[in-house]
Amino acid sequence: METDLAFDDDDVYSFAYLDEMTKRMIRRAILKAVAVPGYQVPFGSREMPLPPGWGTGGLQVTASLLGRDDRLKVIDQGADDTTNAVSIRRFFAEVSGVATTERTGEATIIQTRHRIPERALTEDQIIVFQQPQPEPLRRFITEEAVARKIHAFARYGVMYVRLYEDISRLGHIAMSSDYPVVVNGRYLASPSPIPKFDNPKLHRSRALALFGAGRERRIHAIPPFTEVKSLDFADYPFTVQRFEACCSACGAQDSYLDEILLDDGGRRAFVCSDTAYCAERRGERTES
Amino acid sequence: MITSIKGGEAAIAASHRLLAKRRRGNPAIVDLSVDQIREQLSLAVDRVMSEGSLYDPGLAALAIKQAEGDLTEAIYLLRAFRTTLTRFGHAKPVDTSAMVVRRRIATTHKDVPGGQLLGPTYDYTHRILDVALMGEAGSDDLSDLDGEGAEKNEGRNRDCMLDAAACALTRDCGVLARAEIVENARPDEEGKVADITRDPVVFPSRRDQRLQSLARGDEGFLMGLCYSTMRGYGRSHPFIAELRYGDVTVVLSIPELDISVGIGAIRLTECQTVHLTTRDGSLPPRYTRGYGLVFGHGERKAISMAMLDRALRSAELGETVAYPAQDDEFVLSHSDSVAASGLVQHLKLPHYVDFQAELQLLGQMRADYAERHADPGLKPVAGLAPIMEAQGGD
Repeated sequence: METDLAFDDDDVYSFAYLDEMTKRMIRRAILKAVAVPGYQVPFGSREMPLPPGWGTGGLQVTASLLGRDDRLKVIDQGADDTTNAVSIRRFFAEVSGVATTERTGEATIIQTRHRIPERALTEDQIIVFQQPQPEPLRRFITEEAVARKIHAFARYGVMYVRLYEDISRLGHIAMSSDYPVVVNGRYLASPSPIPKFDNPKLHRSRALALFGAGRERRIHAIPPFTEVKSLDFADYPFTVQRFEACCSACGAQDSYLDEILLDDGGRRAFVCSDTAYCAERRGERTES
Repeated sequence: MITSIKGGEAAIAASHRLLAKRRRGNPAIVDLSVDQIREQLSLAVDRVMSEGSLYDPGLAALAIKQAEGDLTEAIYLLRAFRTTLTRFGHAKPVDTSAMVVRRRIATTHKDVPGGQLLGPTYDYTHRILDVALMGEAGSDDLSDLDGEGAEKNEGRNRDCMLDAAACALTRDCGVLARAEIVENARPDEEGKVADITRDPVVFPSRRDQRLQSLARGDEGFLMGLCYSTMRGYGRSHPFIAELRYGDVTVVLSIPELDISVGIGAIRLTECQTVHLTTRDGSLPPRYTRGYGLVFGHGERKAISMAMLDRALRSAELGETVAYPAQDDEFVLSHSDSVAASGLVQHLKLPHYVDFQAELQLLGQMRADYAERHADPGLKPVAGLAPIMEAQGGD
């Protein structure tokens, strides 16, 4: 019988919820994922106390990474105070007792859904993405066996055909989030449903990026300083969203914005989706 | 000053309190005990144990209470608990030939070795609301049924009053014993049996992986698929060669001591179906089998499982794979209620970022459309401001 080293006498659950053997299994999957950037590593995803589809892949990756000295930040839609982020942050605070933070620069591990923080990450940080569908080819290919074969031969023509068809029919590529990337010049990968605005942040990022898909039971990784190329054509280069507005709270012109409806008459304003970035900028402004 | 509305700690705490209040219901009504659920809602308990993949009537009853009777949620609670348990060994395959049978039917023959034992079933009840149950129960004296099941022969169907040898309900008795027309039960495969809770299923799947997935799959989903094979998406009408419900002993091998010990009894429902199979290449026409096994009393689920087990063997048996129930990836990937419920309900999470991205895309597409069709009627819509596209960072 395995002794669960992380069990304290009066704890019902192990440190960070998962038992040590499970965490070891997940760490092995992560190591393999780091060794083969962009490759989807199958892992024995567990049921978690939060539902699949709500970030259980990210939860399991984070649980397997957390040590007692870590400082965890959790965001959803870029914000620390959305319900799912609050719920996940609180979950880890309860089952691991690790410190939490909302400041991007202070965190050692950042679990995220749908955004990458505006502030550039460092080599001391790991960003964990919650990923609903790790297979970028699932858009056209339902059979896993076929998709695996395409990855094995790196024959990604079907994806380029999709992009080409968009351009020929619509004049541009009609994918605004979960925009596919090629990692390290080899594997086609999904960056999770981040807006394509965030894709360039993955390119040669100093931080390790891990993607956990609980329901689909896959983990993939983008190690630090890895080439990440968003798919495009020479005559139709990849572009990101740019806003005409700036943040009405901090004035940022370089951040991804949330739209706020001010009244039923159609008045609207924009604020930073990354609440920590916005708060920091406002702090600096009042100080100066 | 702009403040965006985002959820907060206080709202979640308040929501949990409202949940607790609703769970308790009218405080003037006596609180429902877990014991009452375990004893009086036993079929709900059985389903939760079965799809929760954990045999523990007490915890299943607790999950049902905690989930206010929402069985899918209760199954999920039990799974989330199960996943934390340390695996300290593997039981031997249960021997259903040695089952202490509480109910047993075979539909291929009127008389089968071992006899037909109707046991407790709703099959032949009239579905008429019994208003007598509105009051206090216990008007009928049922004490003569104490020791119900095989321990008490007086309670058994006359047909089954055969001598002990004839009554031996081996796993393959009746039509299943006719080796010339029914395929052999597949021999124990060499090597390790898969464990889908530890190792993800990779397609194409193996039969052990399929049976495990089906055993914890959602009853409604499996029943619907099973129904589809009988009704137009497959032309299957099998026979139930054996359906039994009763108690079996769980035996654990202890390698350090080189002994096997019985560690307790669990209640199971087992179903074996036979299907006329005529297209299996070189083999003569014969019956092939489907197999279903669930915790507790769950005949609907056990039958569905057996039918789907057989449907998912179509490729192996040389049949054309043309219907959803024959497609292992389709069936197994969508049968788990925990996974399905999770993704369906994730739509309640905020999607501000994706929606904003899509809105921008819509604005751009509408602008392009208006330009191309020179449609003066297509006015720009407020909130769909065109965006500037700029070169990306790589």
